[in-house]
Amino acid sequence: MSQEVMKHPGLNLGPAHGKDNEAAETVMFGFWVFMMSDAILFGMVFATYVTSIHATAGGPGPHDLYDIKSAFIETMLLLTSSFAFGMASLALKYKHSKTRLIGWLAVTLVLGVSFLGFELHDFIAMFAKGGVPSRSGFLSAFFGLVPLHGLHVTAACIWLVCLVGQIARYGLDTETKLGIMRLALFWHFLDIVWIAIFSVVYLAGLT
Amino acid sequence: MLQHPTEANIVNGCIATAAASMVMIGAIVTVALLTKYRLWSVLWSDWVTSPDHKKIGIMYVVIAFVMLVRALIEAVLMRGQQAFGLGGGFLSPDHFAQLFSTHGTIMIFFMAMPFLTGVINYVMPMQIGARDVSFPVLNSISLGLTAAGAALVMISLVIGKFSTGGWFGYPPYTEANFSPGVGPDYWIWALSLASLGSTFTGINFAVTIYKERAPGMKMMRMPLFTWTALCTSILMIFAMPPLTVATAQLALDRYLGFHYFTNALGGNMMHFANLFWLFGHPEVYILILPAFGVYSEVISTFSSKVLYGYRSLVMATMAIAVLSFTVWLHHFFTMGQGADINAVFGIASMLIGIPTGVKVYNWMLTMFRGRVRFTVPMIYSIGFILLFVLGGISGILLASPTIDYQVHNTVFLVAHFHNVAVPGVLFGMIAGYHFWFPKAFGFRLNERWGVFSALCWIFGFMLAFFPLYALGIMGLPRRTVAYTEPSYVPFEWVAFLGALLILAALALLLWQLWVSIKHRDENRVFAGDPWDGRSLEWSMSAPPPKYNFALIPAVKGRDAFALAKEEGTAFQPPDAYADIELPKNSAMGPVIAAIGFALGFGLVWHIWWLVILAVLAAIATMIIRGFARDTTCIVTAHEVRQEHRRWLNAVAMATAVSRSKEREPANAGLAEREPQGAVS
Amino acid sequence: MSERIVDNQAPAEWKQQERREFRSYVWGIGLALLLTVAPFALVHWAAIPRFSLLIVIGVFAVVQMLVHFRFFLHIGFIQKREDLQLILFSALLLTIMVAGTVWIMASLAARMVMPDRL
Repeated sequence: MSQEVMKHPGLNLGPAHGKDNEAAETVMFGFWVFMMSDAILFGMVFATYVTSIHATAGGPGPHDLYDIKSAFIETMLLLTSSFAFGMASLALKYKHSKTRLIGWLAVTLVLGVSFLGFELHDFIAMFAKGGVPSRSGFLSAFFGLVPLHGLHVTAACIWLVCLVGQIARYGLDTETKLGIMRLALFWHFLDIVWIAIFSVVYLAGLT
Repeated sequence: MLQHPTEANIVNGCIATAAASMVMIGAIVTVALLTKYRLWSVLWSDWVTSPDHKKIGIMYVVIAFVMLVRALIEAVLMRGQQAFGLGGGFLSPDHFAQLFSTHGTIMIFFMAMPFLTGVINYVMPMQIGARDVSFPVLNSISLGLTAAGAALVMISLVIGKFSTGGWFGYPPYTEANFSPGVGPDYWIWALSLASLGSTFTGINFAVTIYKERAPGMKMMRMPLFTWTALCTSILMIFAMPPLTVATAQLALDRYLGFHYFTNALGGNMMHFANLFWLFGHPEVYILILPAFGVYSEVISTFSSKVLYGYRSLVMATMAIAVLSFTVWLHHFFTMGQGADINAVFGIASMLIGIPTGVKVYNWMLTMFRGRVRFTVPMIYSIGFILLFVLGGISGILLASPTIDYQVHNTVFLVAHFHNVAVPGVLFGMIAGYHFWFPKAFGFRLNERWGVFSALCWIFGFMLAFFPLYALGIMGLPRRTVAYTEPSYVPFEWVAFLGALLILAALALLLWQLWVSIKHRDENRVFAGDPWDGRSLEWSMSAPPPKYNFALIPAVKGRDAFALAKEEGTAFQPPDAYADIELPKNSAMGPVIAAIGFALGFGLVWHIWWLVILAVLAAIATMIIRGFARDTTCIVTAHEVRQEHRRWLNAVAMATAVSRSKEREPANAGLAEREPQGAVS
Repeated sequence: MSERIVDNQAPAEWKQQERREFRSYVWGIGLALLLTVAPFALVHWAAIPRFSLLIVIGVFAVVQMLVHFRFFLHIGFIQKREDLQLILFSALLLTIMVAGTVWIMASLAARMVMPDRL
């Protein structure tokens, strides 16, 4: 039986990390609980959006404001960034060189920042067409939902930079490893939230 | 008040000034005393930066008591106003509205929540055989956030005005059009800080209970208080987000001109009610479940019996936790949704009475044929059972939409929720305070004054709130400053009398604390087990060492410490001691508290440089904390051994007392073994 | 299956496991791409009635979320029970809250003549 013992949901470090793998259990479980609480937060913001979808008050609606190409590019960027973080996780778990780990993290960061850039560009375009949050209940709900996800991605990007800083300062000690693992969960989680956003907001809005 | 010196203005002005002065004087006296006795460094290094769950728990309870005093005085003022309210009274409507808004906000978020969080913090890790919670520094941060919120509410007495929109702050009244002042902003940011703190607390407790239990402490062996703590934490984790969303959206409306809940441009204020009660109803059970846990422990201990129907109590607790997420609509039956929806939620609301009823039978059957002692916590518990059943019945009445339509928005509702909140939550917390006080401070509280206080609470409650049922049926709307119906007057006066009696009860409680501290040396219980306790927190010295357990116990069954005493394995020195790793002190808690307060205050008064500074400081603090290493310190095996041996010696020297003498000075914290078969 | 056996895992097996996990990520991104491109393409090009299209989008979204949970977050049924309980319990509450909100608000909108479309 060489099947790995899963200590917590998500990527486990594995036996080669010994003590660090033991220490992960509580911290990772705690982070999972936090993410589930965050999921409820997003759920309520989604519910607000769905219930205000017709509340355009004569202002611009989804067809006037959304750009399917842009949404598609953002989706692709976030999806590949998730994969890149997966590669970083494997580099951590299977003890590849530190450069390789940092390399994949850098790829993730670049993709994440480009995602934010495109999103910002979207918002500016919407503003130009009169799609400002104070225009209607619908637009308020939109700007309470999509930028909230963007804010989470921004926080994740800052966290990523800090973790690279920690690697530089302390090497791959327990704290840093656990930090990377938690950020990995967070990154994949934000990707899942984005699935809901592009489906509920952009695709359903443009049908 | 000076521009328009009418009598009413002068009275209102005097009350407001007195309140503000009380806050100022309280703050100045605290600072002066700390300086006089040179306690600043003690306060800093032994208390506010301590990650020890026991100290954090005590600080939470202190906040709860301070806030209780303020909110109770407000309640008496309101009852007084209504007693004189026939065609006028002495308070202005605006002042009255501020009073009921702060009273509700404080009682829920800054009295009940800190109180139960404090008690759970203190007791739960010891009950499961742990040295601390899973994330001790996060625990300290949660305390900081709660304290910052409480400070915002307090400062609103001195600078500006608090909200007049009730404890739930319904828009569109709380929108910028109707309430342009800073009141709702104070409410929004105080709540946001507190709810963030509670979310973290919930996560922390749930993870602790899942991951830090001593070997052998299976889920179905956990003391019932820990079970209720677990269910409450789960509710905190999942019920706080809707509140955060509701307050954040209201803030966006007020600050940035969004249209979530406005009347115009597609806003929908009904969605606020929906979001608020998605949080609000589970919140009710967040408050009551830990109290249920306290009653279970108290009744079992002071009946010298195993809790009757442990398994059914656990199941009932879990059922309540899940069901509490399916009943939120009963808070707005009259909002205008279809009858089907009202019926579904009405039925769900009635269903939740079933597990609660199960619990009442469990407690009664635990007492049945037990060796019941009428100690102070037990008086509260019995008062609770009697009164809570009445509150529950009025709740079942209200769960029927048709009846709810009749008494909607009357003081009948006020009577109902006070009838569950006061005997339920508050009595439970005070009972817990009496029960675990000797554990926390090493001496028992004075019994006589405790009994007086308890009786005042119970009878004061009955006088204050039973008339409100009648008034509600007679049609008195809630939150009315004055009325024109003379037949209300006698009932209002009885209620006012009750409020005064409750105020006396609180004064007696504080007097009792003073007397107990003065006579502490006669009531020491260093051996740690004054009540012949059943769970693990009684298996250590009182007050406990900072690492709780010299050696993590191996748990062999339910009521672990009672079992150990029966088998004679309690109070045994271990073969060997080991080093113990503990978290180091951290300034994160007080720093986050300061930042949170600055952020809230800046937002309320639109001081944007302060807001930006606070946000940057918060980010910087978190980044710096990420770089912190070496966050633990070691208590050496030698120290542990010395401390443990000193306690074991004291236990060996102590005379065991029988249960009939447990309230006398002879009780040094060691219980006599009951002869076999004395109690079943 | 004790921890010690895992500790003595041979390097070869370790390598094998890495390949397995790598393949899992590749599967994940492959399926995710498919499940993303399909609804985007349908919305952009296909002429399907609106209601059917919404259902199709919903199904794709749910399946893609499950794919992410399985291949990126490594959630499976070999978890310790409490972890799976956590996720399922959260999903249950999320469903109750969101579905309840939509139900209530829709009923209100239908009965109260909302100023939505003013």
